[in-house]
Amino acid sequence: MGDSLFIFMNSMLVNNPLVVLFLGLCSFVGVSKKINEAASMGIAVILVTFISQQITFVLNYPLEYFAVEYLRLMVFISVVASLVQIMDIVMKKSLRGIHQLFGIYLALITTNCLVLYVCIAQVNKGYTYFESTALGLGTGCGYLLMMVIMAGIREHLEYSDPPEFVKGTPLILLIAGILSLMIQGSA
Amino acid sequence: MKEGKTPVTWDTFYGDVFERNWVFALMIGLCPTLAVSTTVLNSLSMGAAATFVLICSSVLISMLRKEIPNDVRITAFIGIIVTFVTIVDYLIQAWSLEIYASLGVFIALIVVNCIILGHAESYAYKNSVLATAVNAFGAGVGFTVALVLLGVPREILGSGTIFGYHIMWENFQTWLVMQTPVGGFLTLFFWVMLIKYIKLKRNKAIANGGKCSSVDTHNEGGCHG
Repeated sequence: MGDSLFIFMNSMLVNNPLVVLFLGLCSFVGVSKKINEAASMGIAVILVTFISQQITFVLNYPLEYFAVEYLRLMVFISVVASLVQIMDIVMKKSLRGIHQLFGIYLALITTNCLVLYVCIAQVNKGYTYFESTALGLGTGCGYLLMMVIMAGIREHLEYSDPPEFVKGTPLILLIAGILSLMIQGSA
Repeated sequence: MKEGKTPVTWDTFYGDVFERNWVFALMIGLCPTLAVSTTVLNSLSMGAAATFVLICSSVLISMLRKEIPNDVRITAFIGIIVTFVTIVDYLIQAWSLEIYASLGVFIALIVVNCIILGHAESYAYKNSVLATAVNAFGAGVGFTVALVLLGVPREILGSGTIFGYHIMWENFQTWLVMQTPVGGFLTLFFWVMLIKYIKLKRNKAIANGGKCSSVDTHNEGGCHG
């Protein structure tokens, strides 16, 4: 249990997926304009990461039993892609409110590297069930944390006046660099 | 379905590499770009692996574009892409375990690289095989160029070497920060800022009466670096 807690904190802060491991940067640049958008994206990512991590953890046993590890990547990405699709349909039908909150971000999660990374990393690192769950949840929470911090900073940047050639993407990259420095300095 | 109208020339290739560069112009495929560009060798191997997957999957998708139904196209694309990624994964493992270890999980993550899926969706599914092959090669070279542009300063400043050979002077104090993720963000920041600066300067020159020869729809700026 202590190990699981360590892995959770480690994957959330020290190995933060966004600014240290570079996973899911497309959405970090694209969807971090407003805090509530960033937060719903983050929660959707936590949900998808957790469920797909649970499924792939179980599915890895038959793959190893039949010695077809070369199909691992194909099975895992199929799980992630179909899970996102199913969640989209189910939520549209029965959980309208939450579906509206997530909006289009749910569909975007298929190509978020973070989800597939968690599925592959738990196998590569040979984690037990609790450790894998801690890895999935920790990575998701780290993503949510950084997205919200970034969105908060960007909302305040609206009032500032940087030089024309730094405005937009360059400034986001600079802030991401400083956030990364902060995480590494405190680790 | 319309066939691609753009003729396959050196210009389209050049445009794919520089003007419509996925990394610098569209900010897509950032994760592997920043993560593996700590040395030039890593950059080149990642670029080569991604280019291989990009060309093979695009050509196959372009061949099958009339067979793949519109509703399940994304699933079909992912199925095709993951096949080639698995091939590359095992090829690199057989080629050099050292490179395999340093690229790590990012070889497997080529599957979810937005460049490849984006290219399949926006180009390969709509155009002929030859045009797709040239376009995919251009996009792959553009990705490699971006990786190397990040890898060169990070390796020179971070460890004072290039391809493992020492090139800096004797007592050169290496900038450790360039090898860490912070260096990745800052190097990309400097390149993007430089490109934007040049672009703005050129746009100002155009507004003052100059002429811009190439106009493309992909990229809001028109012609830049």
